Amino acid sequence: MSLLKVTNLTKKFGKFTALDGVNLELDKGEVLGFIGPNGAGKSTTIRVLLGILKSTGGEVKVFNKDAWQDAVDIHKRVAYVPGDVNLWPNLTGGEVIDLFIKLNGTVNKAKREELIGKFDLDPSKKCRAYSKGNRQKVALVAAFSSDADLFILDEPTSGLDPLMEKVFQECVMDVKRQGKSVLLSSHILSEVEKLCDRVSIIRQGKIIESGTLSELRHLTRTQMLVDTMRPITGLNEMQGIHKIEESKQGVTFQVDTMQIDEVIKHISQFGITRLESAPPTLEDLFMRHYEGAKDTGGVR
Amino acid sequence: MEGNHFAKTAYLSKFILRLDRMRISIWVLSLTFFTLIVPSAFKEMYSSQQERDAMAQTMANPAMTAMTGPADLSNYTLGVMTAHQMLLMTAAVAGLMSILLVARHTRADEEDGRLELLRSLPVGRLSYLNAALLVVTAACVGLALLNGIGLYSLGIESMDLEGSLLYGAALGATGLFFAGVTAVFAQLSESSRGAIGYSIAVLLISYLFRAITDVSSDALSWISPLGWVTKAEVYDDNNWWPIVLMIAASIVLYAAANYLNAIRDLGRGFLASKPGKKHASPFLQSPIGLALRLQKTGIISWAIGMYVLGASYGSVLGDLESFFSQNEMLKQLLQQEEGITMVEQFLPMLMIVISLLATIPPLMAMNKLRGEEKKERIVHLLSRSVSRTELLGAYFIISVMNGFVMISLAALGLWSAGTAVVEGGLSFAMIFGAALSYFPAMLVMIGLAVFLIGFLPKFTGFIWMYVLYSFIVLYLGGLFQFSDWIGRISPFGHVPQAPIEEFSIIPLLLLCLVAGVLAAAGFIGFNKRDIEH
Ligand SMILES: Nc1ncnc2c1ncn2[C@@H]1O[C@H](COP(=O)(O)OP(=O)(O)O)[C@@H](O)[C@H]1O
Ligand SMILES: [Mg+2]
Repeated sequence: MSLLKVTNLTKKFGKFTALDGVNLELDKGEVLGFIGPNGAGKSTTIRVLLGILKSTGGEVKVFNKDAWQDAVDIHKRVAYVPGDVNLWPNLTGGEVIDLFIKLNGTVNKAKREELIGKFDLDPSKKCRAYSKGNRQKVALVAAFSSDADLFILDEPTSGLDPLMEKVFQECVMDVKRQGKSVLLSSHILSEVEKLCDRVSIIRQGKIIESGTLSELRHLTRTQMLVDTMRPITGLNEMQGIHKIEESKQGVTFQVDTMQIDEVIKHISQFGITRLESAPPTLEDLFMRHYEGAKDTGGVR
Repeated sequence: MEGNHFAKTAYLSKFILRLDRMRISIWVLSLTFFTLIVPSAFKEMYSSQQERDAMAQTMANPAMTAMTGPADLSNYTLGVMTAHQMLLMTAAVAGLMSILLVARHTRADEEDGRLELLRSLPVGRLSYLNAALLVVTAACVGLALLNGIGLYSLGIESMDLEGSLLYGAALGATGLFFAGVTAVFAQLSESSRGAIGYSIAVLLISYLFRAITDVSSDALSWISPLGWVTKAEVYDDNNWWPIVLMIAASIVLYAAANYLNAIRDLGRGFLASKPGKKHASPFLQSPIGLALRLQKTGIISWAIGMYVLGASYGSVLGDLESFFSQNEMLKQLLQQEEGITMVEQFLPMLMIVISLLATIPPLMAMNKLRGEEKKERIVHLLSRSVSRTELLGAYFIISVMNGFVMISLAALGLWSAGTAVVEGGLSFAMIFGAALSYFPAMLVMIGLAVFLIGFLPKFTGFIWMYVLYSFIVLYLGGLFQFSDWIGRISPFGHVPQAPIEEFSIIPLLLLCLVAGVLAAAGFIGFNKRDIEH
């Protein structure tokens, strides 16, 4: 059963179409990565999910309820961390966390203290004195202290240092283990790669790719470096091979992930002395989509 | 490197002067402008000694003495009158100027790390503090000279050169004194807000202490630095000693700030900023609690302000008869009716001013919601289990109660001061009733603000133009003889001017109805629109 289902969502700001037929789906216990460059429409989509913006067209269901009509009902089971956390300068972090937790419904004191410790946050400081990262921590502590079923996190780590990013990842793993669902928007690919079961990629208000990581990897190429005893012949004629280059260490090329088997079979005839491969990263995927159909290759 | 503590001070002061040249010019010029227009206006309004004596009579009561300080009321020349009514207030504003300018370039620059950057350059450890003080001292000297020479150049008979220079010197010396106070607090407190807060507290306490002692025991008011301003008896006895005293005190404060700065580490203070609360009180944990908490300081300040406003109007009620019989312009402002006392006639005009001013804080309370929206803070509430109706409702309730409290406090102030000075006292019910009859008009303004928030969020500022319009047509309407309908565009134009006009409940009920419809529409609009920033 899907916890969240977005069908053909469009959103216009005046004449500008920010979202153009977005489809998203998130199942229970799943972490969905929502990737796109700045201005792609991630935050706009999330705001529609939260009933803060009204959709121009399409259907948005959360917990099988309408995101706009039943916003308050839905929010009782949702924890949200915005991308830009703006807080009240004259309240302390501790006061804000308590306020947020209270408005979320459930109060779990032990969890709150544990997370404040983990994120190394001083709750007695006024928000005016907090850096961007610390303000994000306030929102994260409040979100993960709550008993929500759905976590909507909009680029939540853009201000955190690597150590705190690790703490954040543990928190996400933790709620996932408890069978909760997470929508994680990001342009930090490594983060999404580690945490997400599935990703949806948005660009200029349109979802351009959606699926599990392994599904998407079929669209990507693996970078290979091969050295053999005898010179390799016939590579050029093979299907799915790109960017062949000779170097001192051997031959480098990119191969479509679908064709790997045949390519390996072919080159093994020449007596492999060295074989290195770089796994396909979401970065490659990203690049290919952002640079259009144009074959750029030679990423690394 | 001893002895080099002041390296590059002159250079740094040029730097600060460059940064703040607009800010300082605006402060100094607007203070000077303010000082210079008043005597000319007084000269127009109170051209004969008779009129000035009448004015002096209305000033001869404790409430006025508390507000403006003592003066020689038997020698109420234009000069004495100007110094009596203007000098103390202007001096307090000059003090405020110094506080803000000094805090900016001491603790604020330190807090934000700019000072650290400067200190890494070959400048002395005390250079920046003294550069800031040098600039503010120059501003104060400029203020003193501009005001002194400016007043003298008005060519008013009772405003001689010595008195004018003393007037300016009193302003400048007050500025110097509070620059010193702020410089010391900038060393003591760890935050610039703290430094400003403590310094303004000293300013306010000086004012209040002087107010109390001026009324009760004149000698004791020598303790308050603002007391010294009135002790100069400008344009009367022209006493220079208080000015010397102020400059001496400033030098001591400057030295103390230097000493404290020299013995402390960068970034540290002597009053540790106390850590805030780690937990929210139960009160804070709701939308309405949060909204109240955010506006607490503003509401309290306005509440005090409204009471003081009411009280200061009330304190002049006692001498109305003599006053108005001599002032043609004000007479025209009032509607003349037979068989009604001066106070009763004066009341509606007072009430319009009071109620329009009392409308400002509730409108600010309402528009605060839009401010929170623009700063993307209401998203935190709406993405949790708070509905839009609940959120708007919280601000609406606060705004309505705010309006009620403000107008009630003003009425209470008016009554308590008025009943003390008017022969036979005043009826509380009459004053309170007259004030409350404006409450429905206030509700219409609040309702309109809700409507704008719901439907035209980009134009919430429009409400202030409507307030201004109401003020102009209703307060000055009598003077300019506007036709009726111009006043009736404002809800305040529909309020029966009791006790002059016959009281009628119908227009008040209609105003409430309009307010209700506007507010209800606003709620619907707010539930339908995007949250924007
Ligand atoms: N309130 C608004 N009015 C007009 N344009 C908007 C508004 N909010 C967002 N946009 C535009 O919509 C596009 C998507 O923005 P956003 O969702 O914030 O992107 P992302 O979060 O992916 O960086 C951007 O081009 C942005 O300028
Ligand atoms: Mg965004």
